[in-house]
Amino acid sequence: MKQRNSTLVIGASLVGFSIAVFLLSFFWTPYDPLEIKPELSLTRPSAAHWLGTDENGRDILSNIIVGSRATLVVAMVSVMICMLLGVSIGVATAMSPKWVESPAVFGVDILLALPTVLLAIVLTAVYGPSTSTAVVAIGLALSAPVAQVTRREVKSILLADYVTAAKTSGSGSLRIVRKHILPNLRASLFVQASGASAIAILAEATLSYLGFGTPPPDPSWGRMMASLQQYLIVAPIFPLWPGLAIVITVLGFNLLGDGLREALDPTLRRQTD
Amino acid sequence: MLLQVRGLTVRFGDDVVVDDVSFDLDSGQRLGIIGESGAGKTLTSLAVIGLLPDTASVQGSIVFDGVELLEKTDAEMTLLRGNRIGMVFQEPLTALNPLMRVGRQIAQPLRIHRGMRMKAALDRATELCARVGLPDPERMARMFPHQLSGGQRQRIGLAIALACGPSLLIADEPTSALDVTVQEEVLKLIDGLVKQEGSSLVFVSHDLPVVATMTERVAVMRGGKIVELADTRDLLDSPRHEYSQLLIRAANSSDDDFLNLARPGKT
Amino acid sequence: MATAFYLMRRLALLVASLIASSALVFFLLRLLPGDLAQARLGIYGTPEALNQLREEYGLDRPLTTQYFSWLSNAIRGDLGSSILTGADITSELLSKATVTLPLIGIASLLAVFFAVPLGMLAALRRRKWDGIAVSTVSQLGIAVPTFWIGVIFVTMFAVQTQAFPPGGFPFGGWADFGGAVKSLVLPACTLAFAQGAVLMRFARSATIDVIQQDYFRTARATGLSRAGALRVHGIRNAMVPVVSVLGIQISTLIVGAIIVESVFALPGIGQMLLQDVSVRDYTKVQGTVAFITALVFAVSFSVDLLLGVLNPRLRNQ
Repeated sequence: MKQRNSTLVIGASLVGFSIAVFLLSFFWTPYDPLEIKPELSLTRPSAAHWLGTDENGRDILSNIIVGSRATLVVAMVSVMICMLLGVSIGVATAMSPKWVESPAVFGVDILLALPTVLLAIVLTAVYGPSTSTAVVAIGLALSAPVAQVTRREVKSILLADYVTAAKTSGSGSLRIVRKHILPNLRASLFVQASGASAIAILAEATLSYLGFGTPPPDPSWGRMMASLQQYLIVAPIFPLWPGLAIVITVLGFNLLGDGLREALDPTLRRQTD
Repeated sequence: MLLQVRGLTVRFGDDVVVDDVSFDLDSGQRLGIIGESGAGKTLTSLAVIGLLPDTASVQGSIVFDGVELLEKTDAEMTLLRGNRIGMVFQEPLTALNPLMRVGRQIAQPLRIHRGMRMKAALDRATELCARVGLPDPERMARMFPHQLSGGQRQRIGLAIALACGPSLLIADEPTSALDVTVQEEVLKLIDGLVKQEGSSLVFVSHDLPVVATMTERVAVMRGGKIVELADTRDLLDSPRHEYSQLLIRAANSSDDDFLNLARPGKT
Repeated sequence: MATAFYLMRRLALLVASLIASSALVFFLLRLLPGDLAQARLGIYGTPEALNQLREEYGLDRPLTTQYFSWLSNAIRGDLGSSILTGADITSELLSKATVTLPLIGIASLLAVFFAVPLGMLAALRRRKWDGIAVSTVSQLGIAVPTFWIGVIFVTMFAVQTQAFPPGGFPFGGWADFGGAVKSLVLPACTLAFAQGAVLMRFARSATIDVIQQDYFRTARATGLSRAGALRVHGIRNAMVPVVSVLGIQISTLIVGAIIVESVFALPGIGQMLLQDVSVRDYTKVQGTVAFITALVFAVSFSVDLLLGVLNPRLRNQ
């Protein structure tokens, strides 16, 4: 009985859409997002400017399209960092002797307790607001949950019979990792990466909103919302647009992760009541 | 006639899992349902008590004490469950709520159907613990399931099912998850309690010797259908369907004596 | 006896975690090159004044010594003073906490109050339209950034209808009780919405787990309706994952509070932290982050205790 995985389809479509917009930003935007036209300040959506203009007369749609760069770049890079770091730490600690594992787990727990955004704020205090600070901070903070989950999974894989068989037949640790652990982790890694992307995007948007992310003049969805908020009384609809952009992208990654989990993990199929 | 099942068919989508099942059960009678896993025995018993999954579609007729059960709403069925129809399940550890003391779990049906207050219900629950053969019932009633052995938990399960004195007890593989040594005790207990109450019994199992000792009539199920329905004695002496013959031969090879253990028919 | 031992171990772990995290933040903040004393005095810094300042703040001593002296003071509740204004950090933290802590408290209560029943409803009726609708809303809820919800609330309830203030907190603080409460309504609802969406998903999956358990079926066999069986057997069992998630969520709650305070211009710890970060007031940032992490760990610890109460099987471990 085939079940249509609508979650996966919707998630993938939304993510695909975001990536398409991202790619589009390098080739064409309706207007130059940075071009200031004070006479057009805060115009309503119209045929000329589909989403209206901001307080400086800049076209909002163009800014949103280019803003996807900050969002997706931060997401992609920080997720790469956190996955590389997290998986290595997770695998290494799971396979280490107790005296190495315990303090490592302790360290990860500490990192886990520090909220992503808080860590990013602290790092910004030291290094100043920039895209790279945000990327490093988010990547670092997210590596902790990835390490924790990976470690647990590796431990349970290690308990499997075929791994014991491999060990007794003399396979070295590195070989075991390559041939048995990583392939079995693959599904979970995809799911984790999707989830981490969603969190990374939200974190970047939040940091930008607070002023700690991508500095001006590069467009950023979070920062756009912060600046448009001041004009709520005059133009209540404007903050909707960057917000919508964020929601669509984050929702896409969340659904993608959920859909992947459904599709890749047959053991999750439960009995119905 | 206490229970009359006619043409019971259960489907999950296009999958037919119980196919045109019919049988009768009179007051005080005992029917065994035997077959391998997936034969549809459990689903048949769940259909009677009305606890099939939401995704199942049911057709046919189940008449209990003159009332058509398949036409009843879930709310109406709750009045019967645990009250006139009781059920015991296979896996004693998971069948009990791990976070609740067993005495309270026995008290539940008493509070629901007899309107008892907690204190009275707990007292009665302690009595029921004694009735199912648990030593030191007051202490037992205050335990959590993980503190009891498998056999003890199954006794609790029986106490819960029989708390309100049902006219029909459905036992779904009640001893299959227990150690062999404990199985016999629990079976004897079920036998005794059912006799005391004068209840009818539907005993579901994959284990032919066990079913043979507990019931006077047997329905053999395979692939969702009943392939043979006969008095136990008759089935054991001269099985008509080849599948029944297969089952008996298989049982024979592991237990030479069981033919003699088979319960004589009521008639 | 085993319980006492377990508690001791957990407490020791808590203390170790606090020390480790504060050390992490301390050394991280001092990585930046640049003289703190210079930053404070600016161009008015004569060599004598600079040296005096350095001595006063112990900046001339080795870094580890500085950390340990900070730590020994912190344990006694003295978080030092701001390097830029000289104000006492602890007292400022406590006064700002009178805004932040009630905000977090009200938001958590609201979140649990709405999320748990809705989650259970979504689980019970997960194949019917209302269950699906509720799940979809929560799916959207976790994708929405907290600040956006805040902005929407401001638009709907403060700008369009003017029922609540769009931001700020009464000047007299809690002395103006009505005004204070009014100022916290929208922020608390914002925070609760974001947290509630996450909690709801956990409550839903925890309830579905319960529904699929054998003991749920036994409960039904005793004559309970599905809702009834949930009420009697399910709530306690479903609460276990929800409570543990709540413990983990405390750190996101605090971050959420920082954001919400920014959206609504509330004079709480969050807003103070953001300001200190932008002016690079290291000692204040150190103290504030230490306070926040202490709070997070304390809540985690209490949640663990609570879980021990809820789940008798955990007590023996």
